[in-house]
Amino acid sequence: MRAIYVLWLRQLKRYSRSKARIIGSLGQPLLFLVALGFGFGPIYTKAGGGNYVQFLAPGIIAMSILFTATFSGIEVLWDRQFGFLKEILVAPVSRTRIMVGRTLGGATVAVLQGIIVFFLSLLIGFRPASMTLLPLALVYMSLIAVMFCALGTAIACFIEDMQGFQLIINFLIMPTFFLSGALFPMESLPRAVGFIAAVNPLAYGVDALRGILIHGAHLGLITDFIVLALVASALMALGSFFFSRIQV
Amino acid sequence: MQRHMLKEAVVKPDEEYIISVNDLTKRFDGFVAVDHITFFVKAGEIFAFLGPNGAGKSTTIKILTTLLSPTTGKLSMNGYDPVTSPHKVRQTFGIVFQDPSLDEELTAYENMEYHGILYNVPRETRVERIEELLTIVELWSRRNDFVKNFSGGMKRRLEIARGLLHHPSILFLDEPTLGLDPQTRNLIWNYIKELNAREGVTVFFTTHYMEEAERVARRIAIIDHGKIMVQGTPDELKDKTNTSSLEDAFIALTGRDIRTEEPDSLERLRTRRRFFRGRGR
Repeated sequence: MRAIYVLWLRQLKRYSRSKARIIGSLGQPLLFLVALGFGFGPIYTKAGGGNYVQFLAPGIIAMSILFTATFSGIEVLWDRQFGFLKEILVAPVSRTRIMVGRTLGGATVAVLQGIIVFFLSLLIGFRPASMTLLPLALVYMSLIAVMFCALGTAIACFIEDMQGFQLIINFLIMPTFFLSGALFPMESLPRAVGFIAAVNPLAYGVDALRGILIHGAHLGLITDFIVLALVASALMALGSFFFSRIQV
Repeated sequence: MQRHMLKEAVVKPDEEYIISVNDLTKRFDGFVAVDHITFFVKAGEIFAFLGPNGAGKSTTIKILTTLLSPTTGKLSMNGYDPVTSPHKVRQTFGIVFQDPSLDEELTAYENMEYHGILYNVPRETRVERIEELLTIVELWSRRNDFVKNFSGGMKRRLEIARGLLHHPSILFLDEPTLGLDPQTRNLIWNYIKELNAREGVTVFFTTHYMEEAERVARRIAIIDHGKIMVQGTPDELKDKTNTSSLEDAFIALTGRDIRTEEPDSLERLRTRRRFFRGRGR
């Protein structure tokens, strides 16, 4: 447990010390909220969808968690480059615990980032349906964060250069994000695209957040929870497996 | 005779030999990096493991420190087998790698503290031990500075202190003085000798500076092409080769050819293959 704690703490310290990282990673969600929220807002309302910022904000919160969590995998590459990975690999700590500590650290950072985006969206005009359900939203945010953190780490285990990692991650993240229902409703999509959305784990996260924040879930919070928990566990197991084979 | 001695060492860990390597071989896809080597290190001694680039030094160290598994051979580190009890072995050694392995975004103190927690050093011991070691390597006054602002020599000193934090019985130093100026090199060897005398920690090191090995090591093994060419005290090595310095003895044993390390792309390919094959630990 102490090993998991110390690896978690290390990531939080590194995050809290990098102001540039905190502020820089808020730029993109803010841009999406402002540009899309105000840009598409009138059209969305005209089409009878209601207030677009209300619809968009949960999606952008999920997006910021998706990006922060998946990219946290790059820290494995940094640790490899700066040699710290060797220090961890010769320590008397099992590879699984290292993986758990890393994932929880990265996931905590991603959730913090999601919370900041939530407050930013309040400034843009987002009004959650109920404040009492916010702790429940944190549960789903954590599931999304753990899921994509584990994915990022798993990928980082067998990619050695930073550029390659960024390309692959972008290639994965962009469709995951665009086809998750974060930006537009998924109900009336063509069948093929709808299928992709159905197998996209982020779609369940977005659905749950929307369900909690604006009472707009249509898959059901229980289904969402089961899918997210299963995929997160599977990716954790996969990440642990890959991490246990890492060589320095 | 030697086999008999090894058995003793395996059965009784705190007897004479703290590291015993018997008939160790490591193959990578048809390439033999370490070829049936056998050597022993006595508890409390300073042991130098020398050899040209690509001779098999790093592979041997990686196997002893549980980062690689051997193809065949019998190993014992402080009475434990790195293959079957990696965690027991990891607890008994400290290591300073050839390249830095510090977290540069953390302070010197945090690097020490986190290491202590990873190795289960109880809080009180940890606090005392960190102050003691950082004082010895003259970094106590810089403990709250970020490591990224440290010079190469300071990082090395911090890594030596960190490697000793959990009271290991063996300290591995892989080219600890590489790239440092003569003053710092001298200082570092003084710390190492002091810590060896004070704590009785066994020191296993590699270096390309023969005069350092001659000055510091009690016993030396020279490895080349994956085989141990010779082992003994510096004087024995010079006598055997009829030379007057260890440098000459080294050249007499390993020849004058310049070695090149494996090309990078091949090394990468190997890493990738090893990754996909896995080690199953």
